[in-house]
Amino acid sequence: MTSLPTSTAKKLGLVIDLDTCVGCQACATSCKEWNAQGDSGPLTDTDPQGANVSGPWFNRIHGYEVKEQGQENSRIVNFPRSCLHCEEPACVTVCPTGASYKRAEDGIVLINPDTCIGCKLCSWACPYGAREYDYTQGVMKKCTLCVDRIYNTNLEPEDQVPACVKACPTGARHFGDLGDENSEVSQLVKERGGYDLLPEIGYKPTNKYLPPRARRESPLAHVEPLPKSSGSPMDRLFSWADKLLSASSSSQRVDAPDHSGKLEG
Amino acid sequence: MNPAYSVILFTTASGAGYGLLGLLGFAGASHGRASSLGFAFTSIAIALALITLGLLSSTFHLGRPERAWRALSQWRSSWLSREGVLAIVTYPVALAFLAAWSGLVDAPALIAPLGWLVAILCWFTVFCTAMIYASLKTIPAWNSRLTVAGYLVFSGATGATWLTVIAYCFGRFVPFQSILACATILAALLVKFIYWLRLDKRVKTFTMANATGLGEGVRQWEVPHTSENFIMKEMGYAVARNHARRLRRYCLFLLDIAFFLMAFAGDHPWLSFIALPVLMLAAWMERWLFFAQAEHVVGLFYGKPAV
Repeated sequence: MTSLPTSTAKKLGLVIDLDTCVGCQACATSCKEWNAQGDSGPLTDTDPQGANVSGPWFNRIHGYEVKEQGQENSRIVNFPRSCLHCEEPACVTVCPTGASYKRAEDGIVLINPDTCIGCKLCSWACPYGAREYDYTQGVMKKCTLCVDRIYNTNLEPEDQVPACVKACPTGARHFGDLGDENSEVSQLVKERGGYDLLPEIGYKPTNKYLPPRARRESPLAHVEPLPKSSGSPMDRLFSWADKLLSASSSSQRVDAPDHSGKLEG
Repeated sequence: MNPAYSVILFTTASGAGYGLLGLLGFAGASHGRASSLGFAFTSIAIALALITLGLLSSTFHLGRPERAWRALSQWRSSWLSREGVLAIVTYPVALAFLAAWSGLVDAPALIAPLGWLVAILCWFTVFCTAMIYASLKTIPAWNSRLTVAGYLVFSGATGATWLTVIAYCFGRFVPFQSILACATILAALLVKFIYWLRLDKRVKTFTMANATGLGEGVRQWEVPHTSENFIMKEMGYAVARNHARRLRRYCLFLLDIAFFLMAFAGDHPWLSFIALPVLMLAAWMERWLFFAQAEHVVGLFYGKPAV
């Protein structure tokens, strides 16, 4: 049924910390690795060993350069993007076959690969680019929130989290029930001002993003100009040595790669 | 959006087919039994052939066409499913109407109700097709009543021109047919003109700054892939935008030609033979632009400043 449940008992989802994400791609590769053999597998790639490898990924990491107002320098924000398991996702309601559905018990949005006809309309309805077409199998694929891990009692309790959360080395990804006000993830969202992506579309995404923290202004972040020479004999000796050394090194091409293995002093 | 030829052929061919079938139903409802068996059978056959060509073409867009029957199940929530259900229901009703209208089955009392039913089913099927696109909030260019108006007027204009051509072949031409074609082509011209005007004047309200939540001064620095992915192929179609303006002019020009040909078709009905291919080409171009010029909000995450 592609009609949405009126409410879900839980709202399982992710909270992604844009402040601590280092863009290492561990979540994306771990996701692909787990899901290639899991519920949605196989996640086949076309031309897997060739130059134009292409295939579905449930999680993709953008890198954005942000130049904040009043800041001299820009900063890099790594931005993981995956299914937000929205409360009112049109990707589910547009599905003509019922292959797309939202679970009433935990709010996870899934696709049944056995009934999907590959019409791609759900990917058009998703503003977040979360649904990708599997050209090999002719069906749509998407993040399952690792539904085959989080309830899997064959795994150790600490492994019963989505593969991306388990893999993140900086703890930038948090998994939990966002419908429960007292859950750790809900508290985190409250403390850090977690926000929705494109709330104006009206799908009410469950996943939240924690904004990068305000940058601290450190005096050490600025390069101090060199002190002027006082004209003492010692200073003149150093300036003579500096000139001598500069002249000998300028004979070398500046852009030539240094293979000496020595560190610059 | 990627202008898939299977979808363009589907919407233009079945649009013309439903337009023609609807008008035949309307003709039957207002005039009673068809003037000849040949006219009734040929006209309905051409309409159903156009519809079937379109529907078959649409299945080429599917990854798993053998499962297409499943698309009839979710009519409660999905416009695509509703379109499928109405398309299937229209076939038996059209055949029943044909039987009564042609006189094959002697039931003159059934011609009018069946004619109206066919016309309404055709109108609603095209309406559902348009709503598939018009209901998507993710594609601001389509999320408008003008999308629905565009699909309906093009269906009416192409259907009316087909009707003129077929009626002329069977010696059943009446000026009303060419006047109707003329009026609907003019409506198509107006609707598309307003649609494109709105598209150009629209303030792009979705911005990369808002979508990412990172504020003004955000730009893409590193892409999330090492080679082209599905989202870029499907939503990131940019080739057409370079030629869009010229193609629009050609499309409006072809519509103008079709309009004038049909305006003179009242006295010289053979002109509709030229008008029909001109109009179908214009419809094809319009549909291609409809897809190629539509921007999807997911582009914001891929570095597009505003959509």
